Amino acid sequence: MTTPFLRCVLAIIAKDLRTEIRSRELVSVMALFALLSVLVFSFALELDRAARAEAISGVLWVTLIFASLLELNRSLAQESDQGNLDALLLAPVSRSAIFLGKFAGNALFTGIVGLALLPLMTVLYGMNMLDPWVIVTTLVGIAGFCAIGTLLATMTAHTRARETLLPIALLPAALPFLLTAARATKGILNGAPEWQVWLQLLGGITVIYLALCLLLYGFVVEE
Amino acid sequence: MTDASAIIEVEKLSKAYGLLPALKRLDFSIDRGEFVLLFGANGSGKSTLLRLLSGLAKPTSGVIRIGGWELPREAMAVRAQIGLVAHRPLLYDNLTASENLDFFGKLYGIEANERAERSRELLRQAGLSRRADSLVRTFSRGMKQRLSIARARLHQPDILLLDEPYSGLDQAACKRLDSMLAGAHEAGRTIILSTHQVARAPQIAERALLLSGGKIAFDGPSDRYSLSESFQEASTAPTA
Repeated sequence: MTTPFLRCVLAIIAKDLRTEIRSRELVSVMALFALLSVLVFSFALELDRAARAEAISGVLWVTLIFASLLELNRSLAQESDQGNLDALLLAPVSRSAIFLGKFAGNALFTGIVGLALLPLMTVLYGMNMLDPWVIVTTLVGIAGFCAIGTLLATMTAHTRARETLLPIALLPAALPFLLTAARATKGILNGAPEWQVWLQLLGGITVIYLALCLLLYGFVVEE
Repeated sequence: MTDASAIIEVEKLSKAYGLLPALKRLDFSIDRGEFVLLFGANGSGKSTLLRLLSGLAKPTSGVIRIGGWELPREAMAVRAQIGLVAHRPLLYDNLTASENLDFFGKLYGIEANERAERSRELLRQAGLSRRADSLVRTFSRGMKQRLSIARARLHQPDILLLDEPYSGLDQAACKRLDSMLAGAHEAGRTIILSTHQVARAPQIAERALLLSGGKIAFDGPSDRYSLSESFQEASTAPTA
């Protein structure tokens, strides 16, 4: 007997939401880091307006990636420190459902911070970051990054040096997202027509990573 | 060859972590409804054996059959039959006792009404009814352990695996645990309970397995005195 896939996914998302509302460990840490990061970049680039316009998409994506590293580490550590990943694995549920539940929670929390960052950056950098296509790019990029992040954070969660191991494993894997998302965002902000190609590429990479992670998660969590 | 009355069958089971052998060619079977004590000194392989039987670990070689299903190949079919109480409570600190049971109930596909009813009853049996809406992080070690046992019994598994369930419990909590185990045994559950405390072992157990150095050093009725002698010998022997 296997518990229905969607029911498991929703149960894991609801559980992660409830624990986060109670503990406020993930979103608050991510949001604080993201705020400080964009402020520091804003001051560093203050004197050169042209440089700010050029760098803004890079600032957004570097900030989001580092902020979500903090979140991914904590999210999977919460499962492994209490042995709860074992409890999930003991249940008659598909490993892909566990992945999808954890991924959705991580993407949701990072998405909240990402969306909150856009109006803040609009004010600080004087550029319209609230363009609907910037929002779409941000959400697609976060989804892809959180997919590979959830997989790798599960792999490193049991190790003692997980705080250092996760960035080492994840940053090279995140390069395709960083490149395509930053170029798509920059293209949208500057009105360059090639942004659509970059966004399509980002969407394609996200779908491929998500499918691969769904398939590989079972091998990662089983001993 | 399979034994019709056996719910757990283990043949030539070995487990090694890298080059370090943890279990060496174990052969045994456990009948449906049997209460088995798993003794052994620290490092003798008790926890490894329970992880293998629960499907959380894969054997290096050998065969495990649970209810006729083979592990790890048919693990999905076996999972619903197993309830595990591990060293750690396997509970979410930031959920309440009833939320924890509700969450795990959903994972085991139990319908909402049934989930609520079973949770209420198990919390009552665990003496946690009045703390049902308290966060687990406010619980003592003993309360967490009782809730952990309730979680393991929630889906009414045929087999209960308990890894050192008495550790950290006071006298009253141990007695309460004994009565919960007696209830589960009476209900026909197969129970395997690992402990290194011979004196603390429940009287109602029918059989004892003694692990030493990854091998079975004793397999027989859980007569306290004969077991105690065997345990003394085994626990002084090298574990690897």
